Amino acid sequence: MSDLGELYQEVIIDHSRSPRNFHELKEANRRADGHNPLCGDQISLYVLLKDNMIQDISFQGTGCAISKASASMMTESVKAKTTAEAAALFEKFHRMVTGEGNGMVNPAGLGKLAAFSGVSEYPVRVKCASLAWHTLRAALEARQATVSTE
Amino acid sequence: MRTVTNLHTAPRVTFDVQKVRRDFPILKEKIRGRPLVYLDNAATTQKPQAVIDTLTRYYSEGNSNIPRGVHFLSERATRNYEEARTTVKTFLNAAASQEIVFVRGATEGINLVAQSYGRTHVQAGDEILISEMEHHSNIVPWQMLCEEKGATLRVIPITDEGEIQLEEYERLLTPKTKLVAVAHVSNALGTINPIREIIAAAHLRNIPVLIDGAQSAPHLPVDVQALDCDFYVFSGHKLYGPTGIGVLYGKTRWLEAMPPYQGGGDMIRSVTFEKTLYNTLPYKFEAGTPHIAGGIGLGVAIRYVQALGLEAIAAYEQALLSYATEAITSVPGVRLIGTAKDKASVISFVLTGVHAHDAGTVLDHDGIAIRAGHHCAQPVMKRFGVPATCRASLSFYNTKEESDALVAGLHKVRAVFHL
Repeated sequence: MSDLGELYQEVIIDHSRSPRNFHELKEANRRADGHNPLCGDQISLYVLLKDNMIQDISFQGTGCAISKASASMMTESVKAKTTAEAAALFEKFHRMVTGEGNGMVNPAGLGKLAAFSGVSEYPVRVKCASLAWHTLRAALEARQATVSTE
Repeated sequence: MRTVTNLHTAPRVTFDVQKVRRDFPILKEKIRGRPLVYLDNAATTQKPQAVIDTLTRYYSEGNSNIPRGVHFLSERATRNYEEARTTVKTFLNAAASQEIVFVRGATEGINLVAQSYGRTHVQAGDEILISEMEHHSNIVPWQMLCEEKGATLRVIPITDEGEIQLEEYERLLTPKTKLVAVAHVSNALGTINPIREIIAAAHLRNIPVLIDGAQSAPHLPVDVQALDCDFYVFSGHKLYGPTGIGVLYGKTRWLEAMPPYQGGGDMIRSVTFEKTLYNTLPYKFEAGTPHIAGGIGLGVAIRYVQALGLEAIAAYEQALLSYATEAITSVPGVRLIGTAKDKASVISFVLTGVHAHDAGTVLDHDGIAIRAGHHCAQPVMKRFGVPATCRASLSFYNTKEESDALVAGLHKVRAVFHL
């Protein structure tokens, strides 16, 4: 069960069971929806953006443990970050979960998000882990359409 | 649970599952060091050695185009391909071989009817009737047709158990109804639909019926003349045959009244730039070089299934279904989706507190292959208010031990998620 434990790390189980920032954000000035047809994951993301700074962020939705935990931990990681910092974090995160660079991505700077490194061993789950991030990018770019991982 | 009524009249042969398993080389595979437990048979079935050998032999010793070759190989390939058609005809008890059209699969069979029958028989204001439990392949082709023609798609509701509401069905049959299209067995719920009654009710009003047999052909004896269905489709790969080959059965009078589906080689009798004369049945619907090896392989797969006997298969699978259903529902938090009285060996369920896809990943880690998702039946998921289900679909080569492995896996899923 060792490598299964690498995918379902305790912090991921914890966030999937008790997601943080899991509510609607009334003051939000950016909003985007994401959909992963593979799992049926559905996410609505709310962002309060001020001077290119993510002042507040929250989400609602349903999904698998990976997608829910990823959304929860993403909201914690990008709060009080600039849009450029969030984009850089996504790039790093994406390289880690897709296994780019043969797992040599330095998890330093990713903080708790490094818990998702096990996802790279499960290619079909990469979409689950990155759904919230794609949705964030859409919200920040103020795109209207629903994001799909397909 | 379904009772196989003529079990006592069928020859009493004990079903030797271990012997059967030896016919399927993939069942010896190890996944991540664990024996493969393949419970995704509603998605596709594994292939017996006889089918694998047929494909290899065809390409290494018999490859040729059909049907107009003057040389030995072409003549033999043509004969073998047509023998496969005869095998299908016998398998379905069709009245004639010309009623057996080879297609890519059940999906293409439905599209063929939607496009060809639909082009000439459906007009603005008409209605096509399907059920709430259909696979997307028996929804979307009709939606496309309705959009094109200005017709309306009507849906027969199902009960909380996952059974067609027959009174509602009868109410939905009107003079506007131009075709009824329903699954024989639901891929998402396992329900065996009362198609005999469904067909009879439609025929009282002269409405033709298409049966999606993708999930019934592998599990139940099918007699298209006794059922009196107008069209019946199935896929070879769900019946232990190759992918890319399937069958559309159609009554001669319908097939003759329908225009060709695609134009090209083999579907013509003569071509000039002014006018083309179409070929006779079934070739009118078989444009282009077909999946010759696939057709021959399907014939071999059907003969394999016939040798085991569909009555014997159904009896074994029903016993396994009862055993597995009881075992799976003993796991705390399991809720079955689809509890019809009459079911084929498909068990769809949700595990409270765990998303189906997470359960699937944990099970996969132990070499247990199930399907997790919406099973290409999103309206069914919506009907039962779930985003996805876990689905274990059983074949005659599955065992009680494999069912036990699944149950042990589900307990492990609960442990991983602290339930």
